[in-house]
Amino acid sequence: MTDIDKIHDSLEAKPEPADTETNNNTEREWRKDEKTLTNSELSLEEQDWFCDARPQPVKPAWGPIEKFYNWARSHSLWILAFGTGCGAIELRPLVTARYDISRLGMQPRPTPRQASVFMIGGYVSIKTLKRIVRSYEQMQGPKFVVAVCSCAINGGMYWDSYNTIKRIDHYIPVDVYVTGCMPRPEAVIAGFTKLKELIMAGKAEGQNLYAEKFDWYKANQKQVIKDWNMPDYNW
Amino acid sequence: MSDKYPPIVNGKSVYDLESGKYLKMWQGPQHPGVTGNMSLELIISGDQIVDCKTHVGYLHRGFEKLMERRRYINCFPIVCRICVPEPDTNEYLFAAAMEDLMGIEVPERAKWLRTLNMELSRLASFLMWIGGQSGAFGHGTVAQWALAHRDFVLDLFEEWTGARIYHMYTTPGGVRGGTPEGWDNHVERVLQGVEKFLTEVNHVMFNNAVFKSRAVGLGIIAPDMIDRFGVVGPVARGSGIVRDTRKDNPYLIYDQLDFNIETETAGDVYARAMVRWKEMHQAISLIRQIIKRMPRTGPLHITLPNVLHLKVPAGETYVRAESTRGEYGYYMVSDGTIYPRKITVRGPSYSHAMALLEHLAVGVNIADTHGLMLSLHTYPPEIER
Amino acid sequence: MKQLDTELSKQFTLSDYVEQRPELAFVTVEKQQLVPLLTYLRDTKKYTHLVTLTAVDWLEVNQFQLTYLLHNYETHTDIGIRVKLDRDNPVMETIHHLWEQARVYQRELHEMFGIDFPGSPGVEEPMILEGWQGPPVMRRDFDTAKYSLETYDHRKRDTREPEIYMKEKLYPED
Repeated sequence: MTDIDKIHDSLEAKPEPADTETNNNTEREWRKDEKTLTNSELSLEEQDWFCDARPQPVKPAWGPIEKFYNWARSHSLWILAFGTGCGAIELRPLVTARYDISRLGMQPRPTPRQASVFMIGGYVSIKTLKRIVRSYEQMQGPKFVVAVCSCAINGGMYWDSYNTIKRIDHYIPVDVYVTGCMPRPEAVIAGFTKLKELIMAGKAEGQNLYAEKFDWYKANQKQVIKDWNMPDYNW
Repeated sequence: MSDKYPPIVNGKSVYDLESGKYLKMWQGPQHPGVTGNMSLELIISGDQIVDCKTHVGYLHRGFEKLMERRRYINCFPIVCRICVPEPDTNEYLFAAAMEDLMGIEVPERAKWLRTLNMELSRLASFLMWIGGQSGAFGHGTVAQWALAHRDFVLDLFEEWTGARIYHMYTTPGGVRGGTPEGWDNHVERVLQGVEKFLTEVNHVMFNNAVFKSRAVGLGIIAPDMIDRFGVVGPVARGSGIVRDTRKDNPYLIYDQLDFNIETETAGDVYARAMVRWKEMHQAISLIRQIIKRMPRTGPLHITLPNVLHLKVPAGETYVRAESTRGEYGYYMVSDGTIYPRKITVRGPSYSHAMALLEHLAVGVNIADTHGLMLSLHTYPPEIER
Repeated sequence: MKQLDTELSKQFTLSDYVEQRPELAFVTVEKQQLVPLLTYLRDTKKYTHLVTLTAVDWLEVNQFQLTYLLHNYETHTDIGIRVKLDRDNPVMETIHHLWEQARVYQRELHEMFGIDFPGSPGVEEPMILEGWQGPPVMRRDFDTAKYSLETYDHRKRDTREPEIYMKEKLYPED
């Protein structure tokens, strides 16, 4: 058992926030730009811009109606065109004639308000994570997350990088993973097809999970985003 | 006009957002027009940009730090991920820096194959660019064509190296393998398709009134700005500067190939697009020459000792190559151990996207920002690594 | 390149001349003489292109090495100018007045190594790391793997030490 394994085990057993002060040179003052902001601390005018309520889990409708809803949802998935990492390069071939995700009822959309699928393309650095959280929260429900590339799943080859998070599902809920580095467009399509199946079966409940475990997700996000300068309810 | 721009104090524009005259607008990172994951902080007056600031760092993975704690051979899987559309330049340069420090001479056949690899990836990268450039000016159709043809080039890579995007083909001391049987015919078929496509691009894009009226005169780089801003590659050649690393400091077998440096004189977006269009023809011609003259037998790589105990003699070196965006370089410092001491990647996007774009964007219409940005062909992962 | 070194030595205190290739040489200069030397090379010797500016951390001797790499487009030669800085108090003169893109390099070095360049525009602004709290990351005494394991939640996965693994797989008799 190597040292890395020991640290892994200790992390699995005790996933509480680690102390951020790993500074050996205690005598020197390094950069600190810490800010915290919650909705109640915003000015009155700014409070008007944001929602002031927690997200609530959505209760499914009466059986057949919900089934119809799910059928409709699964056939009109609009992707948020936010290339968060290298995986974004395979998003562009997907919309061309060869792979043509339009036949699955999918198309990229420029704004989170119109999109229903968030495709995390690969590694997520801390700076991007902030934007991802914000974009995800601004997306209107029902919304789903497909995490593409191994870096989003377990850190991939950047497991020892100081600036990328190692598992995206601790920060936003993920419905489908696509492995590979890079995954082929066919693999990404297979992931989307799987997502459609899950939606049809009513199992793609990432949005409700986020609402239920909102505090846990927020705590995780704030643990790694050191200069949290956006409201807790971002939408 | 003169009071349109905010006053400049200590090299920074000072604007009063409360006055209602200026508006701050962010483009990106979540914006379909921005190349990759970066953002522009624009101050606009009317629909004209009066101040621009580039924000990068959304893709920072700390490559230079990670490479310090990996063995030389373990660095290989991560160097190609520095630049996604054109990973082969990174692979070659990392290998070349190592070989330069170790004093290794690569077999002749490997040199030809490396050149072929880089020219093919140049073609793929330019096709990706043409998709972006046309898309930024509203030519969605050209973008669709370009990406379709890029996919055919990626198919060639897949047949040859086994991977679509990250090939990891070049290894220290040589290459991983030769070309497969019958592959040359596939290359020829794809090249003919790309040539036909380029003719169509000339008709549809370069002679298009909309493209011309938007691109001509946009983002002019004067020749005296070239050295001041460190402009390289097709961007510099669009301003009439005759410079190409492949000719000036020939590496691999570029001195044996027949090609000319393509230039334009106008220095605007249109000229830069034209240079790249010509260079795509040039890449096609180079690929044909290489395939025709490439030695088919001979060793592919030299035998290195146990790669895990591979030590590189202490020293420092800098190697450069011409990527699609200009001079790409690796500065490698070795302290004689199994780990590299420091590897610095010098990407051309670095100076283009920050200092140059911030300078050029002032006075540009908001709608043309992305056309301007794409004409510099910047790629964010290369800036922040 | 040797000729250039001899010529420059008449005016500047140069040391550690290394000719890596016929068209690439490295030389160390005193800290105070750097900006005059760069200006001289740029204006008189046609080394007009600043290729890169980077730093190397020599933790063992408590020094930072700054490397300014210049390129001459007429002779197609490169010269790398090394400057040694004290690691405890790394301050260097700015060269953004010579090349515009130098301010970006200096901003990055300030963030990644904690080297200060007084007078360089925007050098204090965070460029890449947003909200970073801790030492400059590229310094060698910052352990990125330790930081990563302590800060982020890792998914359990099988890790193998590459040396041992490859020894078993590739070189069993070695």
